[in-house]
Amino acid sequence: MSAAPVVELVNITKRFPGIVANDAISLKLAQGEIHALLGENGAGKSTLMNILFGLYQPDEGSIRLHGKEVSIDSPNRAIELGIGMVHQHFKLVQPFTVAENIILGMEPKKGVRIDYRSARDKVRRLSEQYGLRVDADARIEDISVGMQQRVEILKTLYRGADILIFDEPTAVLTPQEISELMVIMRNLVKEGKSIILITHKLKEIMEIADTVTIIRRGKVVDTLARESANPQLLAEKMVGRGVSFKVEKQAASPGAPVLEVQGLTARNHQGLAALKGINLTVRSGEILGIAGVDGNGQSELIEALTGLRPVDGGKVLLGGKEITGLTPRTISEAGLSHIPEDRHKHGLVLDFTMSENMVLETYFHREYNRRGLLNYEAIDRHAEALIRKFDVRTPSIYNKARSLSGGNQQKAIIAREIDKNPQLLIAAQPTRGLDVGAIEFVHRQLIEQRDHGKAVLLISFELDEIINVADRIAVIYEGQIVGEVLPQETTDREIGLMMAGSGRTQGGDGGA
Amino acid sequence: MNKVIRIFTWDSAVAPLVAIVLGLLFGALVMLVGGYNPIAAYSALFSRIFGNWYDFGEAVREITPLILTGLSVAFAFRTGLFNIGAEGQFIMGMTGATFIGVKLTGLPWIVHAPLAVLAGALLAGLWGGIAGYLKAKRGVNEVITTIMLNWIALFLSNYIVNRFLLQPGQQRSYMIQDSASMSIGWLSELLDNARVHWGTLVAILAAVVFYIILWKTRQGYELRAVGHNVHAAQYAGMNVNRSIVKAMFISGIFAGLAGVFEVLGVFHYQVVAAASPGYGFDGVAVALLGANNPLGIVLGASLFGGLTYGSAGMSFGADVPPEIIRIVIGSVIFFVATQGIVKWVLIPFYGKRKKEGAL
Amino acid sequence: MEALTILGQLFNTTLVFSTALIFAALGGIFSERSGIVNIGIEGLMVSGAFASAVGSYYAEQADLGALSPWIGLVTAAVFALLFSLIHAVATITFKADQVISGVVINFLAAGVTVYLVKILFEGAGQTETLNEVFSKWAIPGLAKIPLLGYGLFTAYPTTFLALILVAVSWYVLFKTPFGLRLRSVGEHPSAADTVGIKVKRIRYIAVMISGALAGMGGATITLTTTSNFSHNTISGQGFIAMAAMIFGKWHPAGALGAAVFFGMAQALNNFLQLFDFSKHIPQEFLYMLPYVLTILVLAGAVGRAKAPSALGEPYDPGKR
Repeated sequence: MSAAPVVELVNITKRFPGIVANDAISLKLAQGEIHALLGENGAGKSTLMNILFGLYQPDEGSIRLHGKEVSIDSPNRAIELGIGMVHQHFKLVQPFTVAENIILGMEPKKGVRIDYRSARDKVRRLSEQYGLRVDADARIEDISVGMQQRVEILKTLYRGADILIFDEPTAVLTPQEISELMVIMRNLVKEGKSIILITHKLKEIMEIADTVTIIRRGKVVDTLARESANPQLLAEKMVGRGVSFKVEKQAASPGAPVLEVQGLTARNHQGLAALKGINLTVRSGEILGIAGVDGNGQSELIEALTGLRPVDGGKVLLGGKEITGLTPRTISEAGLSHIPEDRHKHGLVLDFTMSENMVLETYFHREYNRRGLLNYEAIDRHAEALIRKFDVRTPSIYNKARSLSGGNQQKAIIAREIDKNPQLLIAAQPTRGLDVGAIEFVHRQLIEQRDHGKAVLLISFELDEIINVADRIAVIYEGQIVGEVLPQETTDREIGLMMAGSGRTQGGDGGA
Repeated sequence: MNKVIRIFTWDSAVAPLVAIVLGLLFGALVMLVGGYNPIAAYSALFSRIFGNWYDFGEAVREITPLILTGLSVAFAFRTGLFNIGAEGQFIMGMTGATFIGVKLTGLPWIVHAPLAVLAGALLAGLWGGIAGYLKAKRGVNEVITTIMLNWIALFLSNYIVNRFLLQPGQQRSYMIQDSASMSIGWLSELLDNARVHWGTLVAILAAVVFYIILWKTRQGYELRAVGHNVHAAQYAGMNVNRSIVKAMFISGIFAGLAGVFEVLGVFHYQVVAAASPGYGFDGVAVALLGANNPLGIVLGASLFGGLTYGSAGMSFGADVPPEIIRIVIGSVIFFVATQGIVKWVLIPFYGKRKKEGAL
Repeated sequence: MEALTILGQLFNTTLVFSTALIFAALGGIFSERSGIVNIGIEGLMVSGAFASAVGSYYAEQADLGALSPWIGLVTAAVFALLFSLIHAVATITFKADQVISGVVINFLAAGVTVYLVKILFEGAGQTETLNEVFSKWAIPGLAKIPLLGYGLFTAYPTTFLALILVAVSWYVLFKTPFGLRLRSVGEHPSAADTVGIKVKRIRYIAVMISGALAGMGGATITLTTTSNFSHNTISGQGFIAMAAMIFGKWHPAGALGAAVFFGMAQALNNFLQLFDFSKHIPQEFLYMLPYVLTILVLAGAVGRAKAPSALGEPYDPGKR
């Protein structure tokens, strides 16, 4: 194709206080191409795309559409120019319906009122044309994550986008839904669209991208056609050094059962059954990984185990003693530590100092608390020791937790939880949003704990993490454990099927 | 020397001072618009507060309840709650103190007075606790419940006074027994009969207690955690519901003490009120002026109370409507809240000072 | 039967008390649905009451006769709208704490209005009593229905206006593009921003609407009940209106119901005093009735009201 590229970014530079997010980045997107933008967290991919979408302005450089230079000063302008963005964190209004979200800002009118009928029709037509199944009248808070993403895509198509930017679209999908997304993207290309795919998932790039541009620390490292690339090469370029995918670990030697869950049932926030009879066991010296798509009961399971959710039936035993239905504090004192999946919401009090955060679950212990008065000297000393031992980067223990980077916040939480010397360590999404270095650290800590004889329960949506780190894998689907496999004996496809509800024995339909 | 300079950082000292100056300037502007003389007004204000011992003593008297209601509101804010019910808790404090102060006889001062204080404080604490309980157990928004409880307190206290404590032929209760009085007789005499009382000392102590509770005790640690991030507090095993009730209880006690000393130290009786006195609502302003910080509240209450007391001087001395003071106070709070405007005004004075991520 | 007539009168008195609350609660809804907490409703009602007294007075002086109260009503809406701009600028442009700003509005309104009264009326503490105030309208025909007619179908024009505004508000919020956008701004401002909706502009408009409505609520009290303005014309109604808004789950119909409930509890108070048995109940307990009832209902039935998700958080486009 000798036509001008659909989008051309020329020497884009963007600076924020203290950092150059994009450093003279140039990139070309051809018509009908799927162009992947690969880089670690913080490499500058999102910033670059935010510039293309009009959310930021470049300090230097220019943007050309179909050869003509354009200035994109707002998302409105980007939309006018035919650029649409499918965000990683969906920008959907929860109580509104699918149709309302799609038409928001461009509502069809009948006089003074919104013409809902015409809106629904248009949504239906687009949905059929591009093969994006949605229920126009369902509320966002009631539909699956996969459908929510399709709504995000429809939003861009409704506004006539020809250039679509997908920001980490597969982070929240099952393997089946990811395959469906690939089909959708190929359809879009067939209908004349061009796509930029922001991702850090090498497998997906190899499957669907035509071209890859690798970004590291704000600069373009290389641009390759898919034929010339392979995962190893891409990873090295992305990180800047040799990367091994396998986590170094010895075989596990599991001992006595530490956590025994028998027939656990519980309901979710809306009163519907979330856990329908969970059975599992974790032994000392082993890591049990729980794989599953978000929303199948993982959160409720963790809450039930840690005492934050009432249990309707069944038993939970920790080290042989029953802990079902006890208070969170009693359970924690009995030897259960927990790295929560949302570190800002549940793991730390952001406005407390690091020192105060380190005793969040232990401040009432004798060494810190004498007759109701807190011994801050002891608390501070404890915090100093932990921060040094786990190499948490902070100017001092008196800094507020808010000021630390995500990786260091997570390190601090892990430090605190491990320091409690638990029998069982529950880790929920422990590497979410962290860069490669921090991820390695977290995995090393989990394996170390396992080697010291602790039982570790790892819950993650990243299948690769589970396969690499866990000694045994259990798959959760709709509130039940539907299968257990050993990582070395299984395949992605098998686990993916279980995650989507088709057990090892029978078939079922795919994801929602 | 550097350390001293660092104490007076922008946030802690300069910004509030600038806000106060701007507020006074705005008030002056409003006065000019109305054809009044701001200089005469402000000097009348000043001399009303500091002009003689009586006025000074009375100004202190005016400030005292504001410290306590300010602490009350601030304590709740620190725990993530909006206690707009300091008003009702104040009234219940008065009522409890009046009841014990009037009804019990034959007790020595050393027993009677503290008992009256305790009764008022506990009653007020309970009153706050009701709102706390409703929020914790039923999820009822504390703003609504406290507003309702304010009105209920008003009518309930009127009932109690009317039914049990009424001085015949008057719209108020009997005078409290002398053995329940918290006035400081000898100091009053020195200050030309300004009504000074032990409540002022209690208020200052309360500010210290405020600090100790929140930043030195285990209970305070929990309360602050709940106030900052209720989810993390829950995950850490803290009993959030109990914290909410405790916080409202303590908050109620602070406000109740304000009412207690108004009766035991100033008036020595309680009227059948047509409307609530307003100290509770003013406490919200004081808490905001003081940034929910005990020292700031003492200073903020002093500013607020001083200005309010002095405003009477403005109308006598300079014929200026005292409502100007509400405007001044409102603008001071405005300028404290919108630090952006203040910084914008001061850019020319900052010259070479470069600030990271300034406005 | 006498019972029906009394019922009709009860209903009528309810509406009188509720009308001001309805206006103010609607105002609160617009502001909070767009994400801006507005504690200053009380102060906005005060400014409205003040402006209506002044506007109406000067209209009378200009011999505008029966038009005067209407002019007063309009003056109230405009004055309160301008006043609410202070809150808007502070919270939207300068991202000040919304609670604090609301408290400021209350203080400023209390001070400015009485101050202006003293300036305009030579030092008096209240405005001149108005001669021309609203009187009740009767819906022709319906009002003549025996027994119930008077009670149900005569009311001040402000009451009819309030009821109309409830319907209009519902329509605007839930049927028009503006309403959809306003609600999206209050739930997920970032989502609204990325589809090109001007978050700040909508919030400004919402706050101004709330000012105008709350102002009209204050005007209602002056123009139908007290016929003048003084420092205690509005004492707490704004806060009760906020309670009605929360009670009504930020929905115009809900707020109407809640406002009527409060008004009814108030009217019940007067109503019960007509009966003999009420002489055995201390008067103070009758006064308490509406407030106790509210707490009981809230504690018992309502369940957690869900506020708009982005309520109280200033929108910072930098934080995406």
